[in-house]
Amino acid sequence: MPTRKEKAPEAPVLDFERPVVELQRKIATLKGRSRASSDLAREIRRIEERAEGLQRRIFSELSPWQKVQLARHPGRPYTLDYLARIIGDFRELHGDRSFADDSAMIGGIGYFEGIPVVVLGQQKGRKTKEKLARNLGMVKPEGYRKSMRLMQLAARFRHPVLCLLDTPGAFPGIDAEERGQAEAVAKSLEVMASLPVPIVSVVIGEGGSGGALAIGVADRVMMLENAVYSVISPEGCASILFRSDERKAEAAAAMKVTAPEILRLGVIDEIIPEAPGGAHRDFDATARNLAAAIRRALDELMPLSPQELKNRRYEKYRRMGAFVEAGGRDRLS
Amino acid sequence: MRDPNLAWYKRGKKEDDEPQSEKRSIPAGVFTKCPSCRQALLTADLHKNLDVCPSCDHHFAMATRDRIAVTMDEGSVVEFDHGVESMDPLGFRDSKRYSDRIKASRRSSGEVEALIALAGRIDGIEVEAGFFVFEFMGGSMGSVVGEKVTRVFERALERRVPALIFASSGGARMQEGILSLMQMAKTSAAIARLREAGVPYLSILLHPTTGGVAASFSMLGDLHIAEPRALIGFAGPRVIQNTIRQSLPPGFQRSEFLQAHGFVDMIVPRRDLKATIAHALRWLGAGPRAGQS
Ligand SMILES: [Zn+2]
Repeated sequence: MPTRKEKAPEAPVLDFERPVVELQRKIATLKGRSRASSDLAREIRRIEERAEGLQRRIFSELSPWQKVQLARHPGRPYTLDYLARIIGDFRELHGDRSFADDSAMIGGIGYFEGIPVVVLGQQKGRKTKEKLARNLGMVKPEGYRKSMRLMQLAARFRHPVLCLLDTPGAFPGIDAEERGQAEAVAKSLEVMASLPVPIVSVVIGEGGSGGALAIGVADRVMMLENAVYSVISPEGCASILFRSDERKAEAAAAMKVTAPEILRLGVIDEIIPEAPGGAHRDFDATARNLAAAIRRALDELMPLSPQELKNRRYEKYRRMGAFVEAGGRDRLS
Repeated sequence: MRDPNLAWYKRGKKEDDEPQSEKRSIPAGVFTKCPSCRQALLTADLHKNLDVCPSCDHHFAMATRDRIAVTMDEGSVVEFDHGVESMDPLGFRDSKRYSDRIKASRRSSGEVEALIALAGRIDGIEVEAGFFVFEFMGGSMGSVVGEKVTRVFERALERRVPALIFASSGGARMQEGILSLMQMAKTSAAIARLREAGVPYLSILLHPTTGGVAASFSMLGDLHIAEPRALIGFAGPRVIQNTIRQSLPPGFQRSEFLQAHGFVDMIVPRRDLKATIAHALRWLGAGPRAGQS
């Protein structure tokens, strides 16, 4: 099965993107004129500079809630879009060998720059039918049992694991509870903590709580520039703590969900830059940045022995958290 | 690490300054109405019966200190990590400051945080244990709870004695954001080490155990022992209802439902819980065997 490498689809435009998009449309119209003149070229160059400046300014001042909107942008590249660009000879593998195949969790084998790897990632759908089939990227227990199975496959054959996180959260539903959603997530955490091969995880869009973390316990954890990572959705937090899900923007700000904030809290190791204007504006450029970051991580991790990897991973998570201890030991990770 | 000054029966100065309102899960009136059979029970009788309704067996929530007292052998308990306290890493504020919420919970619960970590004996068997304090911010797990749970597992590993967690928690503590989520990874990593070393870990599931506490160490026990009718699950019933917009089946996410679906080893009434735990620990190879001591 050849992997798809589609172009960025025509995406809806968010409010704060509109001024730049309008300028870019104007540029496209001007460029489309048949008779080129040096005056016209100068005019185009002038508008292009304005558009770039405006974009830089808007994107440097995005609020946490605007980042959440970008992380959920319907035109944003999803797991399969990246796999098509950075994984050679990818073959998707299906099923948990016990109950079902969950298409909200992609799993497979392939080569990253020639290195055999297992790749995993939640997959949202783009069109209505696919959204439904992929359950909006909300994984059920069988999805996590598939990802665990493939991690253990990687471990047996000593290949690294790459995980792309992009989910609103593990599916909250009757069937998911019947099949042990809590156990599936919990076991995933334990399996990842003790996996004897390098694991690299990247939050590419929405890092939604335990459902994301179930493929996020890694030796190197990174976030795309406009991705978000949180313990509960801003809407969920707003409805519980702010007593209204209308206050989701406040909740997003209070929970510190953006990549720079998560980096400052010591939970991720690196932020991967996206294409100007966001990953959805240029899939290829963003995928190149992603590949470069994964390459650096694997270069560092692959020489380590299984025991070194496990010890370092343990210590990495052991340090996470912030508390004070009477007797003077203050700790902010 | 083993500092006798931290023993809970010798409370620190700081806590003495605060009002000692041992908040009980059962209102302190003379009579208590059972929500299940609707009988008016003498509160004193109810306590004598381990907060279980004598007529219908409804298990009331039990105050954590009472739980410790009926579980651990008398005089065997030493409490640890009493001084580990939250530092509000996000400067979180909703209608109230997080730091003020913590202060209020300390006053109302009489505890420093949502987990009590201790070492002691159960029927003569040495254990390291953590008891969730549901009375403290719904037993939610932030950095402090995650750290204390991890230390319970690490001490168990170091001493090669069984670990037990008595879970009762609404899940991760939102006010510490992503750091709360990471406590799931941290505690589960500690379990991985226990398992590799063959040190037993019993997960005791009390009402309610949901969210990030369910989806980490609580579902990673060598044995899962639940009290009757405890709510145990990943997502809260309200969240599920709002997502799927269907009514939930009767008994959904209760202990009996989990046992029927294969996620709980046994459901044990409160009066038999200590003996069952001791039996399991002996079978797992901990402490003197029955009849050998
Ligand atoms: Zn009753």
